[in-house]
Amino acid sequence: MSGPPNNRASVGLRVTDLHKSYDGNPVLKGINLEVAPGEVFVLMGPSGSGKSVLLRQLIGLETPDSGAVNIDGRSVSDPTLRAECRLAMVFQSGALLTSLTVGANVGLYLAEHRLHPPERIAEIVSDKLELVGLKGQEDRQVSELSGGMRKRVAIARALVMEPHLILYDEPTSELDPLSALTIAEEIVHLNRRIGATSIVVTHERELGLGIADRVGVLFGGELLQTGKPEEIRHSRVPAIQKFLNVNFRLKSSSPSTP
Amino acid sequence: MFHTIGEIMLLFLQTLRALPRAWRERQKVFEQLYEIGNSSLLMACILSIFIGGVIALQTGPVLVERGLSSAIGGLVGLSICKELAPVMMAVLIAGRVGSAMTAELGSMRVYQEIDALRTMNINPVHYLVLPRMVAISVALPTLVVFSVLVGWMGGGLVSVYNDSISITFEAYFNNLSQEVSIADLANGLIKSFVFAVVIGLVSCQQGFETIGGPRGIGRSVTKAVVNAIVMILILDYFVTRFLLFLD
Repeated sequence: MSGPPNNRASVGLRVTDLHKSYDGNPVLKGINLEVAPGEVFVLMGPSGSGKSVLLRQLIGLETPDSGAVNIDGRSVSDPTLRAECRLAMVFQSGALLTSLTVGANVGLYLAEHRLHPPERIAEIVSDKLELVGLKGQEDRQVSELSGGMRKRVAIARALVMEPHLILYDEPTSELDPLSALTIAEEIVHLNRRIGATSIVVTHERELGLGIADRVGVLFGGELLQTGKPEEIRHSRVPAIQKFLNVNFRLKSSSPSTP
Repeated sequence: MFHTIGEIMLLFLQTLRALPRAWRERQKVFEQLYEIGNSSLLMACILSIFIGGVIALQTGPVLVERGLSSAIGGLVGLSICKELAPVMMAVLIAGRVGSAMTAELGSMRVYQEIDALRTMNINPVHYLVLPRMVAISVALPTLVVFSVLVGWMGGGLVSVYNDSISITFEAYFNNLSQEVSIADLANGLIKSFVFAVVIGLVSCQQGFETIGGPRGIGRSVTKAVVNAIVMILILDYFVTRFLLFLD
């Protein structure tokens, strides 16, 4: 592939004292984080803890109030960074372009950057769709797809870029358990196959702890703890214990009525 | 307000810088041209024929009464090509095409499609704004030429068939061709080009600024249409002054 060189599989990421607030309300309060090249790092935390906001700072969609995000040793705002590093993101909603077909969405990066002739792009698109279990769906309209299919198309679109760093925002939200499992397996397989550094944001405990090399737990805009899944499972931080041990067996545990 | 004006100017400069890519984006330009033509041609036709007709209806009897029936063609011709066709078509396009542009870009912004483009290192100005700007800048002047011709025809029909005017087609078009010059037509086209740029910029900028859900999109659309129409009418005065100065 022409375009940004791909002579290494992945890149590392470092976040230093990152702060972000909206209308005076602090959302991220001094995040420090390091993700090693090729690692699957899962960022967990309850809804509203700032996970998605952090992700948007990591890929440069928003500018932090203070602090720095460095990818491969360079600031994410450095315009030359994207000329050398491919950064991809799978959005929570999929963020597929609804005016395009599935095939056009997946091949958009290649077509817009004119990296291959149309016939070759069609082959690559077909390959990537097959990887995510959507072979032969190129001509379908995005509006015809289910939530799970949209997510998989979004993953295929990210894969086409052969990214060095791939960010997933709630990749299994709104999916049934089986579809969620398929997506989770896909994330792990992709990491093994292309070796890209992966950062996954989720509030689903089992998914997070199941696929991660390392986990970070975000609470109220602060990163409470990072570590291997086992370390997080046995965390002594009360908020993390509470988050990990929530169970929904409320009905069976309530006293039976006469 | 100053923030919006600043954003519009910035978008204008970015679009100007992207202009050399217009040929590369020609497929999208043609798609937009089709959209604009398809959505506004019939409406432009109806609007223009009645504008021409009503000018003839309002002025014709007065001119006939004063023995100036031969001036009807010139009056209708000049007022349509220098003022009414550019302004009315611009208002029509702001309402039909500008609002659709804002709604589409606003929806793309709200549903993170524009963010997705950025993550793929695709510049949204190149991908979304440039084709729309080029298409509207070509479509509006073309529509104005069409509107001028249809408007003249409407004025002619009323001048011939209205009992209180009753002049011949020949007299109407003779006077029109004597009074209206190519420079007058160019005057209207220059205006319509300026209006097209304004509609495109205002609509795209409002689309990019959209926040919130469907309500936010609705708010942006309303704001874009109102702002575009206000700017068209203000600019109409200044462009007219400028063109008179050049005369």
